[in-house]
Amino acid sequence: MRAFWALARRDLTLAFRTGGGGALGVAFFVITAVLVPFGVGPKPDLLSVIAPGMLWIAALLACMLTLDRLFQADVEDGSMDLLALSPLALELAVLAKCLAHWLTTGLPLLIAAPVMAITLSMPGEAYGPMVLALALGTPALSLIGAIGAGLTAGMRRGGVLTAVLVLPLYVPTLILGALAGNAAASGLDPSPYLMLLGAITLACLPLCPLVAAAALRLALR
Amino acid sequence: MSLSIDNLRCVRAGRTVFSGLSVDVQPGEALILAGPNGAGKSTLLRILAGLLRPDAGDAQFSGVSLTSERVEFQERVLYTGHLDAVKPALTVHEMLTFWADVYDAHHDAVGPAIEALALARLADHPVRTLSAGQRRRLGLSRLALIDRPLWLLDEPTVSLDADSAARVAALARSRCESGGVVVAATHIDLAIPAAKTIDPGSFKLEATEDGVTADDLVLSGDAW
Amino acid sequence: MWSFANPNKFMRVSGKVLPYTAVLAVLLFAAGLYQAIYVVPPERVQGDSARIIFVHVPAAALSIMIYLAMCISSLVALIWRHPVADLSAKAAAPVGASFTALALVTGALWGYPTWGTWWVWDARLTSELILFFFYIGYIALWDAFDDESKAAPAAAIFCLVGSVFAVLAKYSVELWETLHQPPSLTIGGEENVHDVYHIPLLMMMAAFWLYFVTLWLVRVRMEIRSRRIRAIRLAAARE
Repeated sequence: MRAFWALARRDLTLAFRTGGGGALGVAFFVITAVLVPFGVGPKPDLLSVIAPGMLWIAALLACMLTLDRLFQADVEDGSMDLLALSPLALELAVLAKCLAHWLTTGLPLLIAAPVMAITLSMPGEAYGPMVLALALGTPALSLIGAIGAGLTAGMRRGGVLTAVLVLPLYVPTLILGALAGNAAASGLDPSPYLMLLGAITLACLPLCPLVAAAALRLALR
Repeated sequence: MSLSIDNLRCVRAGRTVFSGLSVDVQPGEALILAGPNGAGKSTLLRILAGLLRPDAGDAQFSGVSLTSERVEFQERVLYTGHLDAVKPALTVHEMLTFWADVYDAHHDAVGPAIEALALARLADHPVRTLSAGQRRRLGLSRLALIDRPLWLLDEPTVSLDADSAARVAALARSRCESGGVVVAATHIDLAIPAAKTIDPGSFKLEATEDGVTADDLVLSGDAW
Repeated sequence: MWSFANPNKFMRVSGKVLPYTAVLAVLLFAAGLYQAIYVVPPERVQGDSARIIFVHVPAAALSIMIYLAMCISSLVALIWRHPVADLSAKAAAPVGASFTALALVTGALWGYPTWGTWWVWDARLTSELILFFFYIGYIALWDAFDDESKAAPAAAIFCLVGSVFAVLAKYSVELWETLHQPPSLTIGGEENVHDVYHIPLLMMMAAFWLYFVTLWLVRVRMEIRSRRIRAIRLAAARE
């Protein structure tokens, strides 16, 4: 476990020293959400209808943004070779890196989302369920993203390809997350969607690191 | 703790890099890989590290098989590749503490490891400020940090000055003296008394029926 | 069955099978299209536009079947490392993507007279669109690697992951549709799928399937030959 936390801590340290931690991702999220009224017009009734969906789309784009460097940096400088040979199983190394990724991208969004929801005139009763949906769903975004990042880790320019591979994989999470927000916004019970969202994250937790590690071993060949 | 490489074969991109590579290395001995570019020195080291799968053959280290017990085999390996595996944003000390945590080495070993390659003066400097040779030394100081019996070194002395190269050679010598095995692709003399030198690229055998790989089947001619 | 994993045997057998599948596909297309256009009466509500099901349904069915076949190939390639299994999935992908595109285009063409608009977020069309993205991702992944021995297992992993998420996407799209309720593409109820439609539809299904097998065999043979050429070039460059 010592190795697991050391890796997660190292990734966090690197994120704070070189990438400003989650600040950049949050900035991206905020700007994307602010662009929505410019695109569709400022009518509050229209914005309140699309707010949950737009927040989710902004969240998964923000998550995508840092994904292609998740493993690539370590593959390029040789760290991944040494991680693969270490006593820490590569699957757990992937999990540690996903944890650090979520702490620097997913978690800050939970704080930024309610603020952006105000600007998009989201109905008040939807705030709690929306944040809860993001809390349950964004870990899945990091974990699923790890698969795409693993498959493109050995490539010099994998950024766009990572997006093309990962975005379709995000469809179920997006649909359920937005449904939870929409249900709450129209006064319905969002709990079935929240449970399904939690189920996706729980299923991803063991399975995605397994697949991503297999993909990474290929990248190291 | 002897290393025996048995009939190893590697095909990359349709080209046989080597085949029928067999060699035994006794505890305390070194295996020096020589030969021109493309002879398969790095490839052999990556196969022995379990990063690349051989197309045929096996290797055993103190009775542990590379192909059937890969994880156990890897637990005995310390690999140093072309790349230094260091992060510009961390300090020298942080970097080694991180690898000590990951490889389950004692934190007390970090200080001596920094000393071993004369990096003490730079211990609290970020790696960003280090020169290429200093980064190389930082990468190599893992050899003094992590205690594993089988060393796989890929051109360890590139971009090092004479003094640092001598320090690396001394580390490799002491590994051998304590009964380990060092496999190194290098052009300088590590001055290890018992050393064998091979050129991986010189091992080219005709493929036998049972050693035929998938690629050979695709490439063999009689269907066309 | 494993003997097909040997490229030489594959070349021999596929060379013999190929003419039969090609001729059968042409015959079935001719017969099926004749039935579909001249024999089947116009549909009660939608009139002649419903005839497009004879292309739309087989294309949609095959788009799913081909993805499944690619999954099986990928699994075989990952577990037993058979060289033809990799090539088989690679060769099937563009054909599958084309059928998916065909299903989407015919869906739109059918949608226009039915709904008065080219696209409606109908659950099946939406799932088909997501499947299309998985095909695109798979093909893009193959192309992105320089080294085929890395590309093949990576693409195989993506194919298998994609199948799981395609199923998940299908169910979540259905859930999503029941809450937003757009119209759906069907020929009004159950009575319509009576025998006049049934037999030509089956013929077209068979024709599409044989057409796929023909294309797939040609493409696998092409892949094997192009590997052979590369090997000869490599050998020549070394001498």
